[in-house]
Amino acid sequence: MNTQQPMEDRLWNYIDGGCSAAEKSAIESLITSNREWQEKYRELLNIHRLLNESELEAPSMRFTKNVMEEISRYHIAPAARSYINKNVIRGIGAFFLTMIAGLLTFVISQLKWSPGNSSSQSIKLPSIDIGLSQLNKIDYPKTFNSAWVIGFMLILVVLSWMLLDMYIQQKKRKTS
Amino acid sequence: MHTELTDTEIIRRILQGDQAIFATLVQRYQQYVFTLVLRFTDSREDAEEISQDVFVKAYRSLADFRGDSKFSTWLYTVVRTSCITFLRKKKLDTTSIDNERTFLQLENKESGFNANSIEQKSRHAMVNEAIRLLSPDDSQLITLFYKGEQSLEEIGRIMRLEPNTVKVRLHRARNRLKEQLEKHFSHEVRELKD
Repeated sequence: MNTQQPMEDRLWNYIDGGCSAAEKSAIESLITSNREWQEKYRELLNIHRLLNESELEAPSMRFTKNVMEEISRYHIAPAARSYINKNVIRGIGAFFLTMIAGLLTFVISQLKWSPGNSSSQSIKLPSIDIGLSQLNKIDYPKTFNSAWVIGFMLILVVLSWMLLDMYIQQKKRKTS
Repeated sequence: MHTELTDTEIIRRILQGDQAIFATLVQRYQQYVFTLVLRFTDSREDAEEISQDVFVKAYRSLADFRGDSKFSTWLYTVVRTSCITFLRKKKLDTTSIDNERTFLQLENKESGFNANSIEQKSRHAMVNEAIRLLSPDDSQLITLFYKGEQSLEEIGRIMRLEPNTVKVRLHRARNRLKEQLEKHFSHEVRELKD
């Protein structure tokens, strides 16, 4: 079966007319000289013809009428590009990027880097302790009062207000 | 009825408010859509319902058709999303169906190929039956290539695949179709060879 696969693939390519001139003449000579190739070619060509001759399935006679009755109740919706404002998409993108950047900065600022043991001969990467095991020991009031978090929250609030403002402005423009 | 008009001209007129001319598009593509939908579901009633829904959705979002691909290519994306939505909904509705019933359905599907009526079946019916036994992906690929007049590049664009991958998948789909024909219609296939 596996040995037949390249032969079938090459023959399908030949039947579809997708092979180069050199490949075409090579396959043609194989079909004329090799009985196995000849039989396989006839077999695949029959399938190809069957598929070409096959007809599409037809729905019921009333199909077009049913569709036309159905669409008479609808209107064509405006094109998506006409009501999607690229600035809103960019604003949302900026909002999430700032969120991610802020979060990453906060996490990195909390990392405790400690060098590996220099006395041993083997090279060791610095170990990173992000303190996940000590989550319950975190001083939450102190953490959330840090300048980092407050700054980050401020950016988020300003961006949210900007987005809301853009949305209201756009709605106003549409109604006027 | 407006048969001489191109798809783009018809769409332009629909967008200008000529709703009636949409019937020309429906007549032009109803068999293509119906056949593609039948590759997803065995029931002709369901297929007709989905096909109708496809045309309604296509009409409503016609303004989104930018004309940078063939209308049939764009229509296929509507077919695919409608079928997936329908099947997902149907799957949710029938979660209580046990494996026994599913097995019986499969058994009936297989027994449909018994000798009782196969002799009278036309080649067209035989090919369609064999295509229906393939996976939805294989049967759609074959339908798009042979009946949708879509090139490998166009199929690749709508299926988000490289043309070479489409080519390989098409080869495999046709080989699987050959196996199905030999399994269920060996007599007819032998006649064809002679």
